[in-house]
Amino acid sequence: MKVVLQNLTKIFPSRNKKSNEEVVAVNNFNFEIPDGKLIGLLGPSGCGKSTTLYMISGLLKPSSGKIFFGDDDVTELSTENRGIGLVFQNYALYPHMTVKQNIMFPLENLKGADRPSKEQMLERAYEAAKLVQIEQLLDRKPSELSGGQQQRVAIARALVKMPRVLLLDEPLSNLDARLRLQTREEIRRIQKETGITTIFVTHDQEEAMSISDYIVVMKSGLVQQIGAPQEVYDDPANLFVARFLGTPPINVFTGKIKGGKVYLGDQAVLDVGNLPDQEVYVGIRPEGFIVDENGPMICQLQDVEVMGHATSILTTHEASMNPIIRTLKDSDGPNQFKDGVVRYSIKPHKIFLFKHDETEERIRVEVK
Amino acid sequence: MVESKQQWKAWLYLAPAIVLLLVFTVWPIINTVVMAFMEDYSGLASIGGETSFRIGLGNFTKVAQNADFQSALRNTMLLCLITVPVSTVLALLIAVALHAIKPLQKALQTIFFLPYVTNSIAIGMVFAAMFNVIGSVGTRRPLISSYGIINDVIRFFGGNWVNWINSGSDYWANMFVLIVYIVWNALPFKILILLGGLTSINKQYYEAAKVDSTPRWRVLWRITVPLLSPMLAYVIITGFIAGFKEYTSIVGIYGESMGPVHAPHRLNTMVGLIYDSLASNNQGRASAAALILFGIILVVTLINLWVSKKRVHY
Repeated sequence: MKVVLQNLTKIFPSRNKKSNEEVVAVNNFNFEIPDGKLIGLLGPSGCGKSTTLYMISGLLKPSSGKIFFGDDDVTELSTENRGIGLVFQNYALYPHMTVKQNIMFPLENLKGADRPSKEQMLERAYEAAKLVQIEQLLDRKPSELSGGQQQRVAIARALVKMPRVLLLDEPLSNLDARLRLQTREEIRRIQKETGITTIFVTHDQEEAMSISDYIVVMKSGLVQQIGAPQEVYDDPANLFVARFLGTPPINVFTGKIKGGKVYLGDQAVLDVGNLPDQEVYVGIRPEGFIVDENGPMICQLQDVEVMGHATSILTTHEASMNPIIRTLKDSDGPNQFKDGVVRYSIKPHKIFLFKHDETEERIRVEVK
Repeated sequence: MVESKQQWKAWLYLAPAIVLLLVFTVWPIINTVVMAFMEDYSGLASIGGETSFRIGLGNFTKVAQNADFQSALRNTMLLCLITVPVSTVLALLIAVALHAIKPLQKALQTIFFLPYVTNSIAIGMVFAAMFNVIGSVGTRRPLISSYGIINDVIRFFGGNWVNWINSGSDYWANMFVLIVYIVWNALPFKILILLGGLTSINKQYYEAAKVDSTPRWRVLWRITVPLLSPMLAYVIITGFIAGFKEYTSIVGIYGESMGPVHAPHRLNTMVGLIYDSLASNNQGRASAAALILFGIILVVTLINLWVSKKRVHY
């Protein structure tokens, strides 16, 4: 089922009666989510990603705009009638019911011809449990399960009625780091097996990048960029997106374009052809630095962190906006640097220029 | 751990409370148990009169054989078995409804809470006035100047008036008035507890139920009631205990005669019986009756706890 969001907007009235300041939680969101894909809504807290999810679920009413499931306009449809599955951040499993009862609960609510027989219900509950690999836990209570198991039960409960769309609100935030890795792969597997269009919300860019078909990066209610994870990473639309994606994060410098060259301080690091002279922000991905004795960029060495599979070099530079520049290189080769100075040349496709104004928009460069 | 040298300080600080508890709670309880086994004992006799008494179970047999005892036990049981379920169900429905509305919630909450802060004797007298028929009711040609508000309402809808509480009234009419009064009086506390319980239930359970298109009655029965079960158990257990101690409501409506004019003591309860024994200077029998009541409450509470072990989800 494809999901279409048309000019979706949510405005919360001011809580304070004195000031009439409204909060625009989601501002004019347009997106057509293709059928059977996994979409990650990504952004810092307060960016409107959960609000968007809850509008799709119907638990929140949009202030304006429309939502379509396939060709059906569901904007005015209440949650009950949308046929969605929703996994809450803290799972909201009914504590007094066993896992089996929890999973069967949505089926027992079906009416008329849709209502399966008791045996069918049991069978479907078992199938859903098997899909998320908790079939041996069916008679336990939620309080007797670990966080990861509860998460699976919640997904099974959302899936058992074969929803048109599956929504997950911060599905991994309550899990420890290791379980998070494992569960996100599980979510990906389950989504692929069922083929249900799935939308999930996260503030963790790594999580979103690793499993999504598409990511939607949001900030202050505005969609910043939509695209496949690698696309967005390699071609950020603005400085915010560039900064938000990637670990370690991108290194940002204040620089300027003069005579067709980008300068960091007095070091020309990139040819940009005929772009007009101006002040710019320069973002360089950590993996975009090549240690090069004759490189144009000269940094002062602070420290070397060995990670085994890679080495990260910490340096400083007068034009850097962060106190420390973190660069990545593979672990081959020596890590010795003369006189506390590291010289880099820069991979041209790993360096991004942004306008030095409040839009911080990308300045596109023809890389030759 | 408090060091032993410091312990006297702890006892010192606890002393006022302990002394009061010993004098006014522990000693009376012990004394009650002792007195219950002292036959023909009179508290007043010990001042100067007869001090002879025998030790035995005579008080218990006398209480049990007392004609009033059986009717008091039956009245108490009936009131408990009817008012506790009725008031609990009503309180649950009202609490859920109150919780669901936003406008006027506080105002309605206050109105429902009023009986709790009003003197029960005063409420009883108002109830008596509402059901009271003024005039010669029992005579062949009744001359009636007022039927009371409740009868006025019944007559307005074309019904026949009922002799609720006056001379010649029916036992069940008497009980009906009592039940209405007790249920109404018991509601506020229950509503308050259940409303508190409702606010502490995570709203996401209801959102999850909504996503799964759960019908309302099913949300109430499968989600709200189980999640409220600790509060419900508390309300039911305390309801039974209060029910077994029912006394003021009857005094409030029927006065100290504990029944309509033509049949005094007909509505007597266990606690009423204890007071009667005390009034007739029979502390031994009063103590025995108190112990019997204690035993009944203990048994009922144990049954309640046993049931709630299966039905309550903490």
